[in-house]
Amino acid sequence: MDAIAIISIFTLAVFVGFEVVSKVSSTLHTPLMSGANAIHGVILVGAIIVADHSQTNLELGLSLAAIILATINMVGGFVVTDRMLEMFKPKKDPVEKGGSK
Amino acid sequence: MSTNLYSLIGLAAGVAFILALKGLSHPKTARRGNLIGAAGATVATLSVFLYVTPPRDGSAAHSLPLNHLWLILGAIAVGLIVGVPAARKVEMTQMPQLVALFNGVGGGAAALVAIVEYLHLGSGATTAEVIFTVFTVIVGCVSFSGSIITFMKLQELMTTRPVVFPGGRFVIAGTLVAVLGSAVWVVNALGTSPLMVLAVLSLLFGVLFVLPVGGADVPIVISLLNAFTGLTVAASGYVLSSTLLIIAGTLVGASGTILTRLMAEAMGRSLFGTLFGAFTAKPQEVSGSAEERPVRSGSADDVAILLNYARRVVIVPGFGLAVAQAQHTVRELADLMISKGIDVAYGIHPVAGRMPGHMNVLLAEANVPYDQLAEMDEVNPTFGQTDVAIVIGANDVVNPAAQTTPGCPIYGMPILEVNHAANIIFLKRSMRPGFAGIENELLYDPKTMLLFGDAKASLTKVVSALKAL
Repeated sequence: MDAIAIISIFTLAVFVGFEVVSKVSSTLHTPLMSGANAIHGVILVGAIIVADHSQTNLELGLSLAAIILATINMVGGFVVTDRMLEMFKPKKDPVEKGGSK
Repeated sequence: MSTNLYSLIGLAAGVAFILALKGLSHPKTARRGNLIGAAGATVATLSVFLYVTPPRDGSAAHSLPLNHLWLILGAIAVGLIVGVPAARKVEMTQMPQLVALFNGVGGGAAALVAIVEYLHLGSGATTAEVIFTVFTVIVGCVSFSGSIITFMKLQELMTTRPVVFPGGRFVIAGTLVAVLGSAVWVVNALGTSPLMVLAVLSLLFGVLFVLPVGGADVPIVISLLNAFTGLTVAASGYVLSSTLLIIAGTLVGASGTILTRLMAEAMGRSLFGTLFGAFTAKPQEVSGSAEERPVRSGSADDVAILLNYARRVVIVPGFGLAVAQAQHTVRELADLMISKGIDVAYGIHPVAGRMPGHMNVLLAEANVPYDQLAEMDEVNPTFGQTDVAIVIGANDVVNPAAQTTPGCPIYGMPILEVNHAANIIFLKRSMRPGFAGIENELLYDPKTMLLFGDAKASLTKVVSALKAL
């Protein structure tokens, strides 16, 4: 991939990242952190790719360890976030409460 | 699967992550957002099994299935066996630790991926690839070891106070210089041993970086390390030519940075002060805390009588409430008071619990109605008309020292001004100070009554005493 394309993707993603969370209420800071945390677990994809490429036992061992860690990060992260959000079943209108901050 | 289809699936997963973060910003859409993110991650993971990424050395891609397919699946199974039960069973009170731990393993995974790719490329790597690899190894290792330390602090496996040793800042600065020096060495000398030295030094730096952070500021550090891990994932996306990893990592890096700033603002802290405050803060005055000072302690009956004749009561829940599993009992007490015509509200500090928004999660678990939860800005002006403020297992978030004592670790943090209420009741296990380790003058105030004991047992007694009145 050429450098300009990568820089473009990176720059646009920075702005999207800033934009989507700029107005979140403090009520949701914990689930948001946990959810963002789960998203970077997608490094699992990278871990699988390097495991496929690995040629020595050292490379294979390290990449399998990376797969284990990345799976814990990704799956655990999404499950725990869902558990937290399950409790946020709104009774009244929580958006109003959160919006006052 | 064709390269184009594979790339498009990656793009779709990237969009799913954007929608996930967007959804997570609003309570109504949060759960759906998280599920969209999970679906995106699942589809992206499945697609890797159907497409062989060509190796970087220019040789042709082998045909499906992937090499070491069964070992890969086995490793994923191990990850599932460890991760899912941990996420399912964790107590809501221990949530921050788990998030820290998950973040740490993610950082570790990114560092390992970079190391393997480096070993594999050997001398064939371009300078840009080596620089990105070095970045991933440094930041991934810092995130890993730093998260382990935050986990230990939150789990109270080690002291929650800032750990500062003489010359600490020089040791940290020295380690940082050593890390950067070995990074230059790796870029110039291309070899396995320089990379290992770099990894070890980075791990050490992560430990030293988090040690001086005080307990109350740990959530900000978790959020910062979360952003770090995001950036490492983006950098490994560059090395592996994966658009998906670049998008996902950058999103987390950017949103994590904003979230870190928002959290620091909610706690009235500057990010710089959080990270390096322990080095610049003057040693605290310890005089007075050593001697025995008189406090007024009362019984459950005293508390019940006080409540019975109150018109307005504000409950200030803290982490101690959750530790005692007293959320349901406190709700029972609130319902009872409401049935007696008393105006009841919960005053929720933005960082009540161990993380911003943590207390809302804990009370939501006990089915406390949302409209009784009042945020700090809402409830603070009402303390003047409040007859009784009940502080349950909270300490730092009501400590007036945050407003009156410059130089104390929590100075500048916005607090719930319970000191303006006519009466204050503290439910405490002991005179032990709060998570930040600071003495609270309010405990010695003449209008304060202390009810010692386990929060749940004390509240149960208060409820039955109040029923009897």
